[in-house]
Amino acid sequence: MPFTIHIESGKIREYANAVGATDNRYRSEDSPVPPTFLVTARNLWASPADLSYFRELGFDFARLLHGEEEYVFFGRPPRAGDSLEVTTYIADRWEREGRRGGIMRFAAVVSEFRDGNGDLVAEQRSTLIEAES
Amino acid sequence: MSSGGAAAPVAEGDHGAPRTWGPITRTDIVRYAGASGDFNPIHHDEVYAQQVGFPMVFSIGMYQASLLATYATDWLGADAIRRYSVRFREKVWPGDVLTCSGVVTKVVESGRGFTVEVDLACTRQTGDVAITGAATFEIEID
Repeated sequence: MPFTIHIESGKIREYANAVGATDNRYRSEDSPVPPTFLVTARNLWASPADLSYFRELGFDFARLLHGEEEYVFFGRPPRAGDSLEVTTYIADRWEREGRRGGIMRFAAVVSEFRDGNGDLVAEQRSTLIEAES
Repeated sequence: MSSGGAAAPVAEGDHGAPRTWGPITRTDIVRYAGASGDFNPIHHDEVYAQQVGFPMVFSIGMYQASLLATYATDWLGADAIRRYSVRFREKVWPGDVLTCSGVVTKVVESGRGFTVEVDLACTRQTGDVAITGAATFEIEID
């Protein structure tokens, strides 16, 4: 299910402080988000129902690894004051034999961020891995 | 508006000045857990981490990915970034000292300035590469 996030300057500052981003640009009223900030959408804004993609994957949380992560901005990064609608889906799934002969399962999970006009402004692409048991 | 023959701000092969972070503390990891909303206990609960077979808690991958992103935006601009990608290779542990570095791989004149691509790395004090990354910037020239 799509959900909406509101990008707040206080949350940007908290995040920027946590990642050593002391650039004054991140302390301005119209601060852009740090490049990885949109990770907070799934972590903090999504309700359990919004995360149905993860149940759909059926990955064992105890064996979950993060393989790759990518952020794409179709123009300047979103900034404080923006509200964006987030839609998350599984873009791809594949499997590979692990070193111990078990199955490693992979999934590419994509979140799309759209502004009030419905225009795509950013994408988050995550490669999740379920390690072999 | 074109760049009108203005010089590019960087050239292919240019290296950013390396930047060092750390030693990484448990407090650093917990601060990022709170900021990002990642409360997987393996990153902050020592008892849990040891029960599931690790010697201690270890850092959140997105934490070092975000330090590397900070390195890149401090170098080439917070507003100019258009793409940032990382691959997680090695875990990062409390006490690690991380060095971020980058090299310009491509500079192309674009509508209002230059498109700049860089390769990035975050390396542990052991020499192991914790993260490799890449980023694209659109740098406007006034």
